[in-house]
Amino acid sequence: MGISYQTVSMDFKKIFQMNEKLFVGLAGLASDVQTLDQLLRFRMNLYELREEREMTPKVFTNLLSNMLYEKRFGPYFAEPVVAGLDENDKPYLATMDLIGATSSTEDFVVAGTCAGNLYGMCETLYKKDMEQEELFETLAQALLASVDRDALSGWGGVVHIITKEGIISRELKGRQD
Amino acid sequence: MGDSAYSFSLTTFSRTGKLLQIEYALNAVANGRTALGIAATDGVVICTDKKFSSALVEGEGVRKVERITDGSGVVYAGVGPDYRVLVRKARKSSQAYYREYRETKPISQLVKSTASVMQEYTQSGGVRPFGVSLLMAGMDGDGTPRLFQVDPSGAYFGWKATAIGKNYVNAKNFLEKRYQEDMELEDAIHTALLTLREGFEGEMNGENIEVGVVSKSDGKFRLLTPSEIQDYLDEAN
Repeated sequence: MGISYQTVSMDFKKIFQMNEKLFVGLAGLASDVQTLDQLLRFRMNLYELREEREMTPKVFTNLLSNMLYEKRFGPYFAEPVVAGLDENDKPYLATMDLIGATSSTEDFVVAGTCAGNLYGMCETLYKKDMEQEELFETLAQALLASVDRDALSGWGGVVHIITKEGIISRELKGRQD
Repeated sequence: MGDSAYSFSLTTFSRTGKLLQIEYALNAVANGRTALGIAATDGVVICTDKKFSSALVEGEGVRKVERITDGSGVVYAGVGPDYRVLVRKARKSSQAYYREYRETKPISQLVKSTASVMQEYTQSGGVRPFGVSLLMAGMDGDGTPRLFQVDPSGAYFGWKATAIGKNYVNAKNFLEKRYQEDMELEDAIHTALLTLREGFEGEMNGENIEVGVVSKSDGKFRLLTPSEIQDYLDEAN
């Protein structure tokens, strides 16, 4: 996380766990990333209290999309990536632009300053029906190779693997430049 | 009753701790045509009597059982025009919910928001309470079929089976005897019709009652057609 060429922090948190089977990653302006995390937490907590049930990824995605579009003419400068398991433990992925245009896919979703690089790496390395270990390797390689070619991205990475048994989180060490 | 001396405005408590306007609203409900509902293991049925003051009344023009979302419906006892306002508000709030969450508003949330609206009208200036009690039937967030009653005060109750409006005491007694925990939707519909018949003056047929059903199998609320109702009535004979 930085200001133009200057690095401010190398451990800025941009992936947030919303519930046991739902994560959201937010790329973009740091204060909007943090504010959206807080707002999403707020909305989710109210939902869980009122409805006495957990939010599914699809509902969460729609909520987020709605929240972003509400600010259509003064948007949050953040592009989210939603990942989780739905009520049948089937994987769910979605991304959207800063005003809430959603795209949900079966294979991969990307966001950030080096989104172009990420698309290229994912397209090349992705295979259907990977197991946990292979998934982690693929994700890590795609991420590291993409950020290395972007001046504004890098200083390592964080990976969360979401399974019905639990979450496995690992930190990546890449080129520290 | 000395109580009524304290009934200056809706929003003032009487000495005995009552809000008289709400009591009077409940009287309006008790004078309304009977409505009842039964929750079965695999669905909910709600129905009401639709007897008209004259044979010249065109039945099609008036709808008492209304659908709010795909998976929920409502019926009332009391003042019709007040009911229609609540139906509009409930439908709008369900659509707003769908826009936000892309999911159908569950019945429990619908009940809470409708009850909240009704409560507002007991604590605001220049308004009076709604003169209706509602029976709301639908699918909950976990796929369970549920039946709720909402009163003019904004109080709501979940029911296995209940009746409101004229003759509700007898109807509830009848239901208490007939209700069984493991009742299925088909039995519930039959029981509901039998209960309705108890207080019905004259001949009951598919044209002078309305029945709405939400079934667990498809999670959808729908109104039974007059011929379907007639079939159930014929079976019961």
